[in-house]
Amino acid sequence: MTLRDIIPIILIVALLAFLPVFVTANTVLNFLVFTLIIALTAQGWNILAGFGGQFSFGHAAFFGTGAYAAALLQVRLGINPWVAFVIGAAAGALVGWVIGYLSFRSGLRGSYFALVTLAFAEVLRILANAATFTGGAAGVLIKLDVRPENFQFESRAAFFWIALALVGAVLVLTRWIERSRFGAQLVAVRENEAAAKALGVDTLRVKLGAITLSGAVTAAAGCLYAQYFLYVDANIAYGTWISVEAILAPIVGGIGTVFGPLVGAVALHGLGEITKLAAGSIPGIDLMVFGSLLVVAVAFAPDGILGLLRRFRRPAQPTGASRHA
Amino acid sequence: MMYSPAIIAEAVVNGLMTGAVYALIALGLTLVYGVLHIINFAHGALLTAAMFAVWAVYVAFGLDPYLAILPLTPLFFGLGYAVQRFVIGPASHGSDSNILLVTLGLSIAIENALLAGFRSDTRTLNTDYGFQVVELGPLLLSKPRLIGFGAAVLVTVLLWLLLSRTDTGKAIRAVAKEKLGASLVGIDVAHVYAVTFGLGCACLAVAACLLMPTFYVNPRIGQAFVLVAFTIVVLGGMGSIPGALVGGLFIGVVESLCGLFLGDSLGQIGIFLIFILVLLVRPTGLFGAKA
Repeated sequence: MTLRDIIPIILIVALLAFLPVFVTANTVLNFLVFTLIIALTAQGWNILAGFGGQFSFGHAAFFGTGAYAAALLQVRLGINPWVAFVIGAAAGALVGWVIGYLSFRSGLRGSYFALVTLAFAEVLRILANAATFTGGAAGVLIKLDVRPENFQFESRAAFFWIALALVGAVLVLTRWIERSRFGAQLVAVRENEAAAKALGVDTLRVKLGAITLSGAVTAAAGCLYAQYFLYVDANIAYGTWISVEAILAPIVGGIGTVFGPLVGAVALHGLGEITKLAAGSIPGIDLMVFGSLLVVAVAFAPDGILGLLRRFRRPAQPTGASRHA
Repeated sequence: MMYSPAIIAEAVVNGLMTGAVYALIALGLTLVYGVLHIINFAHGALLTAAMFAVWAVYVAFGLDPYLAILPLTPLFFGLGYAVQRFVIGPASHGSDSNILLVTLGLSIAIENALLAGFRSDTRTLNTDYGFQVVELGPLLLSKPRLIGFGAAVLVTVLLWLLLSRTDTGKAIRAVAKEKLGASLVGIDVAHVYAVTFGLGCACLAVAACLLMPTFYVNPRIGQAFVLVAFTIVVLGGMGSIPGALVGGLFIGVVESLCGLFLGDSLGQIGIFLIFILVLLVRPTGLFGAKA
């Protein structure tokens, strides 16, 4: 990876960093922070599914682990929230490794892998909903105590910058994966696992590396969620909604690309807000649009928005069709 | 905690009755998997849609849920046929992971369309037989659930006969075994896929009619059933019809007993643990052929 590889990332993050200067309305900042949290969650999914071809339908397992770890460590054990954040991300990595070890060692892939991840997330949801340590169905409330050393800020802009910094860091990480030997092996596993194995790629190790990184990134998003909203319960943290968000953004933005998840999250949630404005506050209307969009994206734009842009720039090269033919 | 044998026996019988309807839901899923080799993530949302349809014809025309089987089964067959033929098939370009995503997208769209249309209220039907019981020796059994059990087993047998005795069934089995070979001998594979998907949806319509006299419906209800159905399908072996029936009955009993011993909030955990264990240890299930 050279400096040239990360110049676009630096430019985009720097541009986005100026947003709070122009918009100060709390509702808009809320929207931006939430969108960045979704983008981060989706970036985690994209590492495993986009580059590694392992479609997880249960990324809530990581998001929830991060969110609960961040909340419980400070509420129950009095650990500093910044430290809890780091431990939360590490816990996500651990959960990723365990789920990966169990399922990849058993040779699960494709639909079977999707199902088993879904089941792991559901088990965690039911446990978190029933255990007393996690606050049961009532959830955990983090005490409001606005101090920077407490990971709580007077202005929402501070949170926006932290979320943006994390998204930027994962953009760099993803770019590194794309350029590294590990990334090449990961893509080889996606394209043809048997062939990769025959060429001497330790496929189990590569897949485990991907799911561990993926778990850590998505768990970091969960930590951030808990810290921003100061509340976690089982249906938020381990709910299917976040597994779906993690899938939607990269597919719509451009699966297996560095910027896909961010572009997808911004496009989807921007569209979601517009739909809500246009149709009034009918519950579910934005998700109805998202679901239809997922079908349309798979049907007509298999490489997402970024793929469409590339096709628009270089119409002679049908980039998407070849890989999916 | 100990319970008297009578209470445990009642839990087992109740579990069997619930399990039969689970089996019917799983039947649709396993049939689609066996032929198209895809996991239909929209199955739960389609079940929710069917349950709302039962509710709607009851409220609008006063049609009894059991009689609603007659119009709704062909309607959902047609719907399923169209969804596979005109949406899932063309949209997924024949790639498995695309089919996963397309059915997931459909499920989100259907579920939230129902949420937008009906709001999140829970709805029930008030039939005059909803709470009737039948005395069977020492056991008191709910009459509508007993009917549900009988009907679910009957539909399973009918579907089995359809697959093993008719030309359509033969074509479906041929496509399931060898897609290319089937198309070479003149079978319209896209048509067979759509028929199979339609049959899966028809199973859901029957299951919805059997469920509604004793159950409730809201836009999220399908999710609760679909994970159970996945478990049954994996346990019974993906694509195996007897496996779905046996797996359904088994899971019904497990859920009922777990609920008795662990309480309602933890009751479902037994199912998911079985699910994960079977996936990890024997993903071909108890009745499935080698994958």
